[in-house]
Amino acid sequence: MPRMRMNQAITAAIRDEMAEDDTVVVLGEDVAAAGGVFKTSVGLLDEFGPNRVRDTPISEMAILGAAVGAATTGLRPVAEIMFVEFFGVCLDQLVTQAAKLHYLTAGAVTVPMVARASVGAGRGFGATHSQTCETWFTATPGLKIVSVWDAAGAYGLLRSAIRDDNPVVFLEPKCAYGNRGDMVRGEEGILPLGEAAVLRSGDEVTLLSLGQMVPVALAAAQMLEAEGISAEVVDLRTLRPWDRETVLTSVARTRRAVIVEENPASGGWGHEPASVIGAELFGELLAPVHRVTTPDVPVPFSRELELNYLPTPEYVTSQVTSLCNTARSPHPWWEEPS
Amino acid sequence: MATQSRTELLAAYRTMATMRAFEERMHIEFAGGGVPGFVHLYAGQEASAAGVCANLTDHDVLLNTHRAHGPAIARGADIFAVAKEIYCRGEGLCRGRGGSAHLHDTKNGLWAANSGVGSGVALGCGAALAARTRGTGGIAVALVGDGAVNQGVVSEGLNLASIWKLPLVVVVENNGYGEATAAGYAIAGGGIARRAEAFDMPGVQVDGSDYFAVFEAAAAAAERARRGKGPSLIEVEVTRFFGHFEGDAQTYRSRDEAERARRERDCLANFRRTVVAEGILDAGELDLVDTDVADLIDRVYAEAEAAPYPPDDELMEFIYADSL
Repeated sequence: MPRMRMNQAITAAIRDEMAEDDTVVVLGEDVAAAGGVFKTSVGLLDEFGPNRVRDTPISEMAILGAAVGAATTGLRPVAEIMFVEFFGVCLDQLVTQAAKLHYLTAGAVTVPMVARASVGAGRGFGATHSQTCETWFTATPGLKIVSVWDAAGAYGLLRSAIRDDNPVVFLEPKCAYGNRGDMVRGEEGILPLGEAAVLRSGDEVTLLSLGQMVPVALAAAQMLEAEGISAEVVDLRTLRPWDRETVLTSVARTRRAVIVEENPASGGWGHEPASVIGAELFGELLAPVHRVTTPDVPVPFSRELELNYLPTPEYVTSQVTSLCNTARSPHPWWEEPS
Repeated sequence: MATQSRTELLAAYRTMATMRAFEERMHIEFAGGGVPGFVHLYAGQEASAAGVCANLTDHDVLLNTHRAHGPAIARGADIFAVAKEIYCRGEGLCRGRGGSAHLHDTKNGLWAANSGVGSGVALGCGAALAARTRGTGGIAVALVGDGAVNQGVVSEGLNLASIWKLPLVVVVENNGYGEATAAGYAIAGGGIARRAEAFDMPGVQVDGSDYFAVFEAAAAAAERARRGKGPSLIEVEVTRFFGHFEGDAQTYRSRDEAERARRERDCLANFRRTVVAEGILDAGELDLVDTDVADLIDRVYAEAEAAPYPPDDELMEFIYADSL
């Protein structure tokens, strides 16, 4: 079983799809000659040439617009938007065009494209290059949204995303690009969109997470075990459509749910599964559905502040322990109990 | 003078007369309360779509504007399905999902408008790139209005088309107003066509009341795109006979502007005058086309008004390309 860094796994996924399907093309800022600022397209230009691997100007609207136009006329573009925040200049092309054209045309066109972006805090990139922004996309039917954190997941899900006939937003935590992990390359390594993964079994609480909060949840589960609390860890992987069945099956058994999110408490992606879990399993829960998030603040630049901003395994552990012991949602660290 | 045959010119007249009659009737039906939603009428601008589309094949992609009815007809979309779409019916061109502004017809190379008004230029880059990469021989034509040219996406798209030498023609229909704001107020730099120079592509301004001028400019730009020479921009000066949308009180322009345009800048009247004076077509056969078209429009509206709405159980269709 090969080991790869996550950015190498991403490159491998694009490479393998390009080798199988000559309609797959790559475009974005610095993706060709430079191999991507996060080295997620190294070697693709040499192997596939400048017609299929294209550097663009700093023109996000043109990048995504061209991807939509090309996707509706026979290509499968993989577009890179360097930082997820830059979707702020091209949401129109994504939300109003890519996500709508299949519907507006009553299915006459499909929009098979992937819009990849780096996300997340932890690397000192400051307030404008460190968010995750999943909820910019979650309220848009027509989009699929994937978030990854390891080599195997990135490879398997990106290959599925490129093969998918719908526009897929593919989010990659920048701190995870260097993560080395075991992976399966080739057809067997492909992972379906829309399916969550149970990464650790447990009986007393389900930790539901996504992106780079998954390893935090896994580490917390380990600590909880030492405290005598058995935690199940579910990696949601795809936010739209999200895997209700796996999540509800897990929580129906553990009867407690904690959602671990890297986004501000207000309006984070966890509201949706929290609401569904609460509605579907209300009478069976032993505690309120609880969300562990970052505070409602821009991502701080200063390293010390930034490390406090992100949920840590210790913090998740203390929150889960409190929930399990009291059957009440604990306050977050930044709020004094009233 | 145009290089089109007599038959082609008669077809061009029929296309323009059909667009005109369709919109004149739509104006009446809308005022009567029979048309749902929101419509933008193309009357007055017919020579633009007709002159451009006469240079396109089914392999080419026209990215439409929200003033969509005329270009859809010019592209050869089924006019019955166009009307039914505007009337929200299940047999409409997009089965009632697109509406007046988003008429789409893949087989005729008609792409639905994108609503952000300028994005057709960026989408057109992608369609042009796909045509070249796949070797279809096709080109892309992005139709936008004067109101779109100050959007950043237009500049981004023009730049990308130029550096990649894409087979793209950008047609800007300048009807003098971006919604209610005068183009003369909103557009810096001495005109739209001049902006092409900054992107190292040909930019021409043509009189949209002159079918032949539009046809020739579009022919040159399409030819250039097909020969791999890169993109072009055409600014077509037109006057819309109605408001930005039906119901627009048009307080931003003088009461007689549209009436004067009908008297002095009517592309259909100009076309008729030219072809008759040059002895290419005779007035009788044009009259016959008018009669035919009037009858067609009656049938189109009668059928649209009687057509069934999409069934309720189709509400959740067409969200994703495969079932979830």
